[in-house]
Amino acid sequence: MAMAIRVFLLLLFFLSSTNIGYSLYEDQVGLMDWHQQYIGKVKHALFHTQKTGRKRVLVSTEENVVASLDLRHGEIFWRHVLGTNDVVDGLDIALGKYVITLSSDGSILRAWNLPDGQMVWETSLQGSKTSKSILYIPKNPKSDKDDLILVFGKGSLHAVSSIDGEVLWRKDFAGESIEVSHIIQSTDKIYVAGFVGSSKFYVYGLNADSGELLKNDHTILPCDTFGELLSVSGDKFVVLDKMRSKILTINIKNGEISYKQTLISDLIKESSGQAVILPSRLPELFALRIDSLVLTIKVTNEDDLVLVDKINNAAAVSDALSISEGQHAFAFIQHEGSNIHLFVKDVNDWNGDLLKESIIIDHQRGNIEKIFINNYVRTDRSYGFRALMVMEDHSLLLVQQGEIVWSREDGLASVVDVTTSELPVEKEGVSVATVEQNLFEWLKGHVLKLKGTLMIASPEDVVAIQAMRLRSSEKSKMTRDHNGFRKLLIVLTRAGKVFALHTGDGRVVWSILLHTLRKTEVCEHPVGLNIYQWQVPHHHALDENPSILVVGRCGPSLAAPAALSFIDAYTGKELNSLRLAHTIAQVIPLPYTDSTEQRLHLIIDIDQHAYLYPRTPEAIDILQREFSNVYWYSVEDDNGIVRGHALKTNCIHKIVDEYCFDFRDLWSIVFPSESEKIIATVTRKSNEVVHTQAKVMTDYDVMYKYVSNNILFVANAAPKATGEIGTATPEEAWLVIYIIDTVTGRILHRMTHHGCQGPVHAVFSENWVVYHYFNLRAHRYEMSVIEVYDQSRADNKDVWKFVLGKHNLTSPISSYYRPEVTTKSQSYFFTHSVKAIEVTLTSKGITSKQLLIGTIGDQVLALDKRFLDPRRTLNPSQAEKEEGIIPLTDSLPIIPQSYITHSLKVEGLRGIVTVPAKLESTSLVFAYGVDLFFTQIAPSRTYDSLTEDFSYALLLLTIVALVAAIFVTWVLSERKDLQEKWK
Amino acid sequence: MASTRSLILFLLIQFCFSLLPFSFAQSPATGSTEGYTIYGRVKIPSVGTKEYILPGKISNVKVILNGGQRVTFLRPDGYFSFHNVPAGTHLIEVAAIGYFFSPVRVDISARHHGKIQAALTENRRGLSEFVLEPLRDEQYYEVREPFSIMSVVKSPMGLMVGFMLIVVFLMPKLMENMDPEEMRRAQEEMRNQGVPSLASLLPGAARSN
Repeated sequence: MAMAIRVFLLLLFFLSSTNIGYSLYEDQVGLMDWHQQYIGKVKHALFHTQKTGRKRVLVSTEENVVASLDLRHGEIFWRHVLGTNDVVDGLDIALGKYVITLSSDGSILRAWNLPDGQMVWETSLQGSKTSKSILYIPKNPKSDKDDLILVFGKGSLHAVSSIDGEVLWRKDFAGESIEVSHIIQSTDKIYVAGFVGSSKFYVYGLNADSGELLKNDHTILPCDTFGELLSVSGDKFVVLDKMRSKILTINIKNGEISYKQTLISDLIKESSGQAVILPSRLPELFALRIDSLVLTIKVTNEDDLVLVDKINNAAAVSDALSISEGQHAFAFIQHEGSNIHLFVKDVNDWNGDLLKESIIIDHQRGNIEKIFINNYVRTDRSYGFRALMVMEDHSLLLVQQGEIVWSREDGLASVVDVTTSELPVEKEGVSVATVEQNLFEWLKGHVLKLKGTLMIASPEDVVAIQAMRLRSSEKSKMTRDHNGFRKLLIVLTRAGKVFALHTGDGRVVWSILLHTLRKTEVCEHPVGLNIYQWQVPHHHALDENPSILVVGRCGPSLAAPAALSFIDAYTGKELNSLRLAHTIAQVIPLPYTDSTEQRLHLIIDIDQHAYLYPRTPEAIDILQREFSNVYWYSVEDDNGIVRGHALKTNCIHKIVDEYCFDFRDLWSIVFPSESEKIIATVTRKSNEVVHTQAKVMTDYDVMYKYVSNNILFVANAAPKATGEIGTATPEEAWLVIYIIDTVTGRILHRMTHHGCQGPVHAVFSENWVVYHYFNLRAHRYEMSVIEVYDQSRADNKDVWKFVLGKHNLTSPISSYYRPEVTTKSQSYFFTHSVKAIEVTLTSKGITSKQLLIGTIGDQVLALDKRFLDPRRTLNPSQAEKEEGIIPLTDSLPIIPQSYITHSLKVEGLRGIVTVPAKLESTSLVFAYGVDLFFTQIAPSRTYDSLTEDFSYALLLLTIVALVAAIFVTWVLSERKDLQEKWK
Repeated sequence: MASTRSLILFLLIQFCFSLLPFSFAQSPATGSTEGYTIYGRVKIPSVGTKEYILPGKISNVKVILNGGQRVTFLRPDGYFSFHNVPAGTHLIEVAAIGYFFSPVRVDISARHHGKIQAALTENRRGLSEFVLEPLRDEQYYEVREPFSIMSVVKSPMGLMVGFMLIVVFLMPKLMENMDPEEMRRAQEEMRNQGVPSLASLLPGAARSN
C-alpha cells in the first residue's frame, strides 16, 4: 500500500515536472494575453487611392515607423520599425509602386514595395557633412526617362534611379557651405536654392541627366532672414526677414534672381505679434500666422503680395491637393469649443467652400496638430474629401462626411512610465454575470472542452471552445477579482496623456490629456517624467478611490519648472494639479502613508532642497517622527559620483516653508574618471516581498540572504569602451561592478570583468543581481549573477543556540556595524542582445523567480533563475540534483516555448513591468514599446489553482464511474455474503 | 527538420570544396568618409521542400549591427548590407520570428583594405561565405498530444481509476494466497469493532494501514 502511494506520488511528480516553466498551446493564445500594435505620432502621410482595390495611407512617424494603413478601418497592412537612430526625414511614392523613405539625416534611402512592404532596395548616400535632408521626386517626368529621385543629404545632391536605387550622379556642395533648402526641377534642368549664412541667396542650375553644373547665381538680400524658405510655386519663394516685419519674395525665373520686399503692416494693419510662415505647400499662396490669426497671402505673377483671407483660430493648414487639372484644394481647421470646423477651399476660388463640416472630437484628444487631405469622386461626380488628422495626444483620426471613420490611439506607442491600480471591489447591486447557464449547457461546454483536450474536436467545436473560454473568463469585468488578475494599467505617454488600460483585454478604460503637460506659451516643451501611486486605499480607507501622481517638467533640462497632477484612478478625473515653484531632480516615495493612505513623497530639486508632499500638517508630523530614518542617494553619471543624503533642517529661506528641508551629504563615492564611467545603476524594487531569509544548502547548511532595501548596483565601464560594440579593443575595455549600501556608502562587493563592455542591463531582486554585458574577448554577450549572503548570522545554525536564546536573529540590523557579507557569482554566455531585463514578482515571494529578458528581436524570454544559480557545477551530486541544481553549461539555454510573447513581437521594446497578482503563483507582465503586450505568467506553473483547461467533465465522469463501481461491488459483495451465510 | 539539417551539412561540404577567394566587403568610394561595407545574405530554408526558397515573411526579418546601432532589412533575394562600417570587430544579429540565428562576429581588417572575416559566435564556426542560415527552427507553442489511451491513463484521474482497479481486482487475488483462518479472524475482529460492511471488502487495505 505504502509502496503504491509512493509510486503514485512519484508518477504525479514526474508528470508535473516534465514541463518546466512557461509554455503555451497555440489555441491558448489570446486567453490571458493581449497584443496591440501602434505606429506612433504621424509625421508624414501620403494617400494611395488612385487605383482600384485597397485604399491605403502611407505614414512615417516619430517612432521611426514606416507603415501602410487601411484607409477604411485604420488597420496596419504592413509596418517596419527602423532603428532608434534611423529617423525618417522624407516619405514619397515613386513609380506608383514603391514607397521611398529617406532616413538617418539623409544618408539611407530605401524603397518598399507598396502592397506588401517588402524592402526592394536600399542605398547608402555618401557625403562629408551633415545638412538638412530633402527628398524630392519629380512628379511628371518625361516618359522615356528613368524615374529620378533627387535627394539632398550629407551636403550633396544625389540623383537616384527609383528602379534599383543606383546613384546616377552626385554633386557635392560641401565646399560651397550652402544650406540647401529647395530643389526645383524644370524640364531638363535642376535648380538648387539655398542660403549661405542668412542673407546670401544662391541658386545653382544643374543638368538633370549628368548633374553637371550649368550655372550659378547669387544675390545678397538686403536683410538677414528668419526661419525656413518656403516655395510658393516652381520658381518663387517667400521668407521672413530677421525682424519678422517684412516678407521677402524671391523669384528665380531662368536662373535670374530677383526679390521684392513687402511690409507685413502693409498687408494687415493691426498686426502686433510675431509672424511665422506656415510650412504648408500651396500653389501661388502661403500662409502666415500672427498670433491666433492665419493670413493666406497670394503671390501674383509680378511678385506682389495680395492678402486673400484672414482665418481666426486656425489650428492646422494642410498642403494643397491637386484634384483636377488646374484645380487645387487645401484644408484648414478652426477650433470652436469642442467643435471643430473643417474647411476645404479651392485655392483659386475663395468665395465658396468645397467642403464645410463640423465635427465633435473628444476634448481629451487636444488640438489638431497636422492635417492631410485626400479626395474621392462621389457617385454624383462631385468631389468628396477625407481628412487625416494628427491630434495633440498623438492619436490619428480619419474624418469623412463629418464623422470620425476610425481613430487610432497612437499615443500608446510612446509609453514613458507605467503603474497599476486595483479595480473597485465588487459590491452588492453591481451586476455579476447576467446570463445564468443551466446545468446542461455547463456540462455541454465541458464536454466540448474535453473533446478539445483529447484532440477529437472538429474545427467548429474549436471555434466554439475559444468563444466559450473568452466568454466564461470574465476577464474584462470592471471589478476586482479573487485572484487579482484584473487591474488597471496606468500609463503615461510622451504626449502628456494618461491612459488606463484594463488588464483583461487591453481596452482603454479612461484617458486624460493633462493640462499641466500641454504645450503653452510658458511651457514650450513639456515632458512627462514619472507616474507614482499616490493613494492606495485598503482596509480603513476603502471608500476612497485610489489616485496616482504624475510628475512632469516644463522642458528637457533639469532646471525647468515642474508640475504635479493628481488623478483619480477609477474615473480618470484630475483631482488637483500644482505648478511648482521649484525644480525636480528626483522623486522619492517614502515608506509612510498618512491616515487617508496618501503616500508621502519627497521631491528633491537641483538646489539641494527636499520638499515634502502632500503638504499637510499630518505629513509633517509623520516625517518628523521618522526624520532620522530617511536616507536616499543620488547618482551623478557625468562626474562619476554617487552620494548619500539625509535630511537636516527646515529650509533657511526668506519665506518660511515648513515643507521644505535642507539635506546633508552623508557620504560620497567618487569613481576615478580616468578609468571608470558610470553606465548603469539599479536598485531593488521597494515593493518586492521576500518570503524567506534563509537558504538551505544541500548539506543542510544554512546561508542567510543579505536582504536590504538600501542596496545599489553600479556598473562602470572604461571610458574608452562606453561606445558601441566595435569601437574598443578587449585590452582597453573593462567593466567594474559595485554593490553599495546606500545608507552608509559602504562598498559591499567590487568585481572587475576584463575585456568586457556595456551596455549593461541589470536587475536586482532579493539578495541577487543579474546583469547582462558584452564580452569582447569571446565576442559574445554574457550574463552574470552575484548572490550576497550575510555572514554575520551564519553561526545561527545550532539548534541549541535557538533553544537557549543565544542567537542573534532578533538583534536589529543596523547600518552602524559593518556587515560581513560573502558573495557567490558565476557568468554564463547569452546569445542575444538585450533591450530590457526584469524579474517576476509574486505577492508573497514564495514562487521561484523567472527573469524576463527583452531580446533584440523584440521578444520577451522567460528564463528560470535556476539557470543563473552560482552554485551550478559540472557534475552535481545526487543531493544537489534533488535540490534542483542544473549541471553547469557555458551558455544559457533559449527554449522557444518559454518566450512569453510566443510568436508575437513587441516592436521597439523599451521596458517590461511585472506586477504580482493576488494568486501567489502568478505574476502579471506588461511589455511596452511601439507595441503593447500583456500576459500572466506562472513561473512554477499554477500550483495553487486549477488551470484554465482543467476538465471538470472528466472529473465528474470519474466520480460518477467510481460511485457506480462502489455500488455495484457493494451489491455483489452483499450477495456473496448472503450466499456464504446460506452455506 | 532532418532534411534541412542534412541540407545545411551538404552546403557546408560544398563550401569546403569551393574555397574560392571571396570577399564580402567593398572598400568605400574614394573621397568619402572612412568605412567599409558589409554585404551578406540571409537564407531561410522553407520547411518540407528541398529547395532554398524565401518565404513570404522575409519582409519581417531584421538584421542588426552591434546590438541595435543600426538596423537593416532584407531585399527580396535575402541580401542585406551595412555601409560606412569602421574597421574593427562587430556583431551582426538576425531577428526573425520562428528561427534561431546565431550572432555573427565580423572582423573588418583595416590593413587588408576591409577584408572581412566572419564567424558564428554560438559554435565558433567560421563562415567562408557571408550567408547566414538559421541554426534551428523555433516552435513557440507546445504541441498538443493527439488522443491516445496512454495520455488518458497518465492523467491524474486516469491514475486514480487505475489505482482503484488495482485495489478492487488485484487485492482479492493477493488475499487468496492468505491463510483463510487468519482472514476469518480478522474479519470477525472487524465486525466486532462495528466497521461498516463496505470496509470488509478491503481487508487487505485495512490491514496494511
